[in-house]
Amino acid sequence: MSNEIEAIKDPGLPAHVHRKADHDPEAAKRAERQVATMFGISALGTILLIVSYVFIPQDLFVFIPVMGDQNAHQLGLGLGMAISLFFIGMGAIHWAKTLMPDTEVVAQRHEFRSPDSDRKEFVEAVKAGAGAAGLGRRSLIKKSLGAALGLSALSPLLLLRDLGPLPKKEFETTTWKAGTYLVTDPGNRRIKASDLEVGAVAQVLPEIEDPEHRKLSDIGKDAVLLIRLRPEEFNLEADRLAMTHEGIIAFSKICSHMGCAVALYEQQTKHLLCPCHQSTFDVTRAAKVIFGPAARPLPQLDITVDGEGYLVARQPFSEPVGPSFWERNSQ
Amino acid sequence: MKRLSRYRRHKAAAPLLLIFALLGIGTTFSIASATTTAETTTADRSALIEEGRQIFLKGCSSCHGLNAEGGQIAPSLIGVGAASVDFQVGTGRMPMADMSTQAMRKAPVYDAAETAAIAAYVASLAAGPDIPAEESLNYERDGSTAEGGELFRNNCAMCHNFAGQGGALTQGKYAPTLMGVDPKYIYEAMITGPQSMPVFSDKTITPAEKLSLIKWIKSAEKEPNLGGASLGRVGPVTEGLLGWTLGLGILIGVAVWLAMKAR
Amino acid sequence: MTAEARLGSVANYVDERTGAAAWMKKNLQKVFPDHWSFLLGEVALYSFIILLLSGTFLTFWFDPSQREVIYEGGYEPLEGLKMSAAYASTLHISFEVRGGLLMRQIHHWAALIFMSAIVAHLLRVFFTGAFRKPREGNWIIGVGLLTLGIVEGFLGYSLPDDLLSGTGIRIAEAIIQALPVVGSYLSYFAFGGAFPGESFIPRIYTVHVLLLPGAFLALITAHLMLVWYQKHTQYPGPGRTEKNVVGYPLMPVYMAKAGGFFFIVFGVIAFLSAVASINPIWLYGPYTPGQISAGSQPDWYMGWLDGLVRMAPPLETHAFGHTISWNILIPGLIVPGILFTGMALYPFIESWITGDKREHHLLDRPRNAPNRTALGAMSLTFMIVALINGGNDIIATHFSLTINQIMWFTRFGIFILPPIAFVVTKRLCLSLQRADRELVLHGRETGRLLRLPHGEFVEVHEPISPEKAYLLTSHEQAGPLELPAVDARGVKRAGAIRNKLRSRMSVANAEAVAKVTANDLKEIDSH
Repeated sequence: MSNEIEAIKDPGLPAHVHRKADHDPEAAKRAERQVATMFGISALGTILLIVSYVFIPQDLFVFIPVMGDQNAHQLGLGLGMAISLFFIGMGAIHWAKTLMPDTEVVAQRHEFRSPDSDRKEFVEAVKAGAGAAGLGRRSLIKKSLGAALGLSALSPLLLLRDLGPLPKKEFETTTWKAGTYLVTDPGNRRIKASDLEVGAVAQVLPEIEDPEHRKLSDIGKDAVLLIRLRPEEFNLEADRLAMTHEGIIAFSKICSHMGCAVALYEQQTKHLLCPCHQSTFDVTRAAKVIFGPAARPLPQLDITVDGEGYLVARQPFSEPVGPSFWERNSQ
Repeated sequence: MKRLSRYRRHKAAAPLLLIFALLGIGTTFSIASATTTAETTTADRSALIEEGRQIFLKGCSSCHGLNAEGGQIAPSLIGVGAASVDFQVGTGRMPMADMSTQAMRKAPVYDAAETAAIAAYVASLAAGPDIPAEESLNYERDGSTAEGGELFRNNCAMCHNFAGQGGALTQGKYAPTLMGVDPKYIYEAMITGPQSMPVFSDKTITPAEKLSLIKWIKSAEKEPNLGGASLGRVGPVTEGLLGWTLGLGILIGVAVWLAMKAR
Repeated sequence: MTAEARLGSVANYVDERTGAAAWMKKNLQKVFPDHWSFLLGEVALYSFIILLLSGTFLTFWFDPSQREVIYEGGYEPLEGLKMSAAYASTLHISFEVRGGLLMRQIHHWAALIFMSAIVAHLLRVFFTGAFRKPREGNWIIGVGLLTLGIVEGFLGYSLPDDLLSGTGIRIAEAIIQALPVVGSYLSYFAFGGAFPGESFIPRIYTVHVLLLPGAFLALITAHLMLVWYQKHTQYPGPGRTEKNVVGYPLMPVYMAKAGGFFFIVFGVIAFLSAVASINPIWLYGPYTPGQISAGSQPDWYMGWLDGLVRMAPPLETHAFGHTISWNILIPGLIVPGILFTGMALYPFIESWITGDKREHHLLDRPRNAPNRTALGAMSLTFMIVALINGGNDIIATHFSLTINQIMWFTRFGIFILPPIAFVVTKRLCLSLQRADRELVLHGRETGRLLRLPHGEFVEVHEPISPEKAYLLTSHEQAGPLELPAVDARGVKRAGAIRNKLRSRMSVANAEAVAKVTANDLKEIDSH
């Protein structure tokens, strides 16, 4: 009785099974016709593509069940192209499967490892070459080469400096200043406090001299959401309450998490939802975060009214708007 | 008293007494069930209001209170206006079928006449938004599709999605799809702010701008999908799903066929 | 001149200048194994070619500029509106250029299929152990291709500057901005100033059409050259050994099948582009930072990142006048970084655990490597939970759930479900091994009952073929590593803790149901 574990032996490649087309000329002819048919369908697809491109007008719509009204031009182009390509593939594969030889071929793998003699010669060659260069002995060359290459590789980074200006204080400033009027977005109309009913919201931007040419970079910091509640519904500290006006409260619309526009206002719960990552803010508590990944409440804009009742900002935002950054003093 | 009783058999005594009695009962009742109505009403209107009040008492008061003053489970309807009623009842949201998270659009329980009656009754309780007249809803003539699109993306898309397909709010609430909604109801929703939806005042979105919004919504509704079937107009989620299932599915299917031995 | 002679003179012309006949003759006969799961990488390769072709078409009309223009193109809902030239040119391609929308859709569907195929191919390579020596380098190239693919896709769909993709760029900018110390500077350099600026789209255009495609071409070429030179792996079976390749020659079979499959992939992508709308940017509207749509998601291959960011707890450090946003850095950079680094280094981690330094050209059946398969299932579960959270608002509205429920489910699920998947998968693999053992020892259950003369009922088992028996038993079952804490002379070995960890992992890895040997069969026969 042998102690060695004897594995089950490899019976070798299974016997080759011939296909119908291998021994039956009729089957072979049939396979050939099938392949030719597929190539023929492909040609029809190409014709559909050409006809659609040239003759079908771009504004014609046809009704297809399940899909509804479809543009005939697009459908013709797309299906024509799809059929023309797909059936070339089907034909080629069917040809390979039925008519080309399908006897499995066995090839040998060879070891990747080079023969020992080659390896030895490789090492000798490198040694000789390195010796000829003399880097080992000539340390002054080695050090100065290192310094030259290092400097020449790093210095082009300097060329990237003018990719953009330095941010300086721009993260902390917006267009809002003391006395800036609140205007509708779009429309650029000034808003009176009396224009808003309880439960109303308004999308707001600061009034500027040339409202037709607002820069998107400015909108990205200036966008504000105006909401009217009943004053008794607020649950605010005195200083925050002083920043509201008769139940109207204003927040930066740029999410303190990653900068999406926070504008989903749920009138009954008084919650603001940001649709990007589902951060939820409580308007009655100065946009405190009550759910989701945002870590800071939305900055509140200090608003009041002028002599005629139009809403104005009393001062700029007291903190940077939008997502956090290293230099942000968030305490 | 002795002087009055001398006239007790006067022929005008009975009618006069009747008038006094009616006035007395009527005044007492009015004082007892005082409401803040200030409108002068025609006879038709008061009949409509009365009819509405009857329907209200039967179908709405159990949640909204006998005098529409609201309660634990339903808000007060005083001041919500005819527009709110027309919207809520006309779209079938009210009466609410189950007291779950929010009222859903469903087949209306009351027909147009009954809805008008309830609306008149609620409007009679206090001033509120009126049902917009048909003449003021001609969005084809008075609206601009492009302006409406801008307004929609600024004010509506964040809840209702870029194509008005609807979207999720917190705790299971949702902004419903705007497809297949009567323009009048869209207008009324904007001015009344139903449930979670805020109010869009006429000064911040003017009536003309509201018509542009409706025109854009209707245009999006009618617009056929140019590139093929729409996949719901909700963006990359359904696109990725189709790519994995239909796209890779067909390709793997062909690959399996490719590697199979032919007969 | 006869056809043969003509071919001779062309070949002669080329051969006299390049010596091509020698290596052509060898390579035309190269053998490739044939299995459907080997075509997944081909789907990715062909999708890449389709991306190059369709992308080049689009560059002839696309204007990568954020210069403001007024739309006068004829699509009424956008008539007269201000937008960038990039957006306006994409509208022009979609509405006016014949075949333009089809090409846009082919390009985008091809990108989705490209990424799906890469992931499917990665899963196949992982679960069959094809990354083992000598193919570790190719695995790393593959992980590199996956990473670059994600970036390339993101940049590509951001080029039209529409509301949905612009929102995605806003989020990318917030990640850059959140980097400690350098974030605000890098953001201003990337965008040429404050977000969104006017430089970003033109710059990512260069990256998307020149730099990354160049990197792809180089990496894909290296990837294919390695497959070609090292020869493709093959599934175990009768006649297949570590020292041979069994399959079909390049010419004509493989050329026809693989070449035909290119047309299949192209055809299926064209079919999708004909019948399914993708990225209808005219409905999204042009990008402005004051607007957003409900249900904003990135393309699926970034959905898991979005899901991780959504489920992150609201952690920020505010100290010494500075802010660090852990709620962005952890899910957006640190966790993905750990995952992808772990994925790239996996071949080396596994060979460390098994101590196996040999070449492998025969693939593993996944059940025969239960630890690896379970690890793969665990990683996949992690990704799927993250992906689900990325679409939590769409899922909530369509299945009457709440976003809050899904968020909490995934917040806990991402920690609880992967280990459960590991344990379940490992047990499944071991059960399958047991089933294989039963099959070899007792044969296939035919379902026929036989009544023996003395009254007993038995089920008739049909012995399996020797080919099948070989297939089920040809795999290796190495025991755990021998890593004694002390050597032969009782001296404690260096790296004791590392060795203990390695030893433990090696034991877990070696857990298996013993395969059937010839001795076992002889014993059965002797009953």
